[in-house]
Amino acid sequence: MASLDDLKKRIASVKSTQKITKAMKMVAAAKLRRAQESAEKGRPYSEKMNNVILNLSNGISDKENAPKLLSGTGQEKTHLCVVMTSDRGLCGGFNSNIIKKAKGYFAKILDEGKELKIITVGSKGNDQLKRVYGDKIIENISFKESKNANYFDADKVGKMVIEKFEAGEFDICTIFYNQFKNVITQIPQAQQIIPLNNEVEENSSEESYEFEPDEDEILSNLLPKNISTQIFKAMLENSASEQGSRMSAMDNATRNAGEMVDKLTIEYNRSRQAAITKELIEIISGAESL
Amino acid sequence: MSEEFKVEIVNPEKSFLVKDDVSEVVVPAFEGEMGILKDHISIISFLKPGIIKILSKSGDENYYVEDGIVEFKNNNLSILTSTIFNLADMDKSKQQDLLKQAEEEANKTDINDQSKYLADQKVDVLKTLN
Repeated sequence: MASLDDLKKRIASVKSTQKITKAMKMVAAAKLRRAQESAEKGRPYSEKMNNVILNLSNGISDKENAPKLLSGTGQEKTHLCVVMTSDRGLCGGFNSNIIKKAKGYFAKILDEGKELKIITVGSKGNDQLKRVYGDKIIENISFKESKNANYFDADKVGKMVIEKFEAGEFDICTIFYNQFKNVITQIPQAQQIIPLNNEVEENSSEESYEFEPDEDEILSNLLPKNISTQIFKAMLENSASEQGSRMSAMDNATRNAGEMVDKLTIEYNRSRQAAITKELIEIISGAESL
Repeated sequence: MSEEFKVEIVNPEKSFLVKDDVSEVVVPAFEGEMGILKDHISIISFLKPGIIKILSKSGDENYYVEDGIVEFKNNNLSILTSTIFNLADMDKSKQQDLLKQAEEEANKTDINDQSKYLADQKVDVLKTLN
């Protein structure tokens, strides 16, 4: 059995860990509220953007000559995967969930004999992926300096993706992120952004739009923006998910630490009691022998 | 019959402005300024740097935008933009900052004609504000 001193030290150490996790939980809760708010505020933009593009692609007359960002290169050889993770750890299964999802997808692509390129956003994802897929990672971006997800960062990633697309470096682009459902549940998502996955909604009214300038020109202007928008949306969802995940992870950690302190305290008291009893017996038996 | 319609300006971070008593909006569309009144035909267009003028009962407002998309449908005008400033809140120093940025961009040599054109536009618009 551990000595009394050791137990005392352990209790103190667990207690201070508990203090840290408790503080982290509260910080995450405050940040979560803000992140969630901005994720919700960001939704109208991406929804409207989607609507406009849907209307446009319905209105486009010449499907053959549609911009490549919409219709694809006609090949499916090279896949680019943008894996978006956080820059900080201690957030439960947040990063591992995305990585797991992404790895499953990578394995599928490689099995089919296709080429794979990876861009990691956030340093945690890079750390986890570089061991296995180090040679496939072509770019690693991290926004450690920016406090909150902002559009300019997303735009940077978006522009880079488009640049690579125009240089013919890949055919299909998929982004991986965690969608925020609630504090306990975040769903890892794989979303294809190039070519745009057209959810064919035939119910969209037959209303015709007037375009100025023509559809093609608007589309070729709009599609790059849409990429950035989608990435921005993913970043917002990610940051809300990260905080949510961290909050519940830290909540669990605090509770576990509490249980541990209770257990250790009982053990401490017992051994103290045992030591006292032992001393008493020694005194009594010593007195008796006289 | 009322001659008012609804306008909504959204930027990536939030819904920037919603107004439903608007009588006319003038937007800097790519091929020239465009005034939109009630019952305009459904239209989609995109913006170049310029000033959005919103005329409404509750007062007129002016906004500076650098890019964006307008969609008008069923008397709903949606403007999606990534950079927007209310002119009323914009002071001289902010203006100068933007102008400096735009001038730097316009002076770059390694950009294509379209971005050069857009940057020049920015400079022009910002200069007229002074």
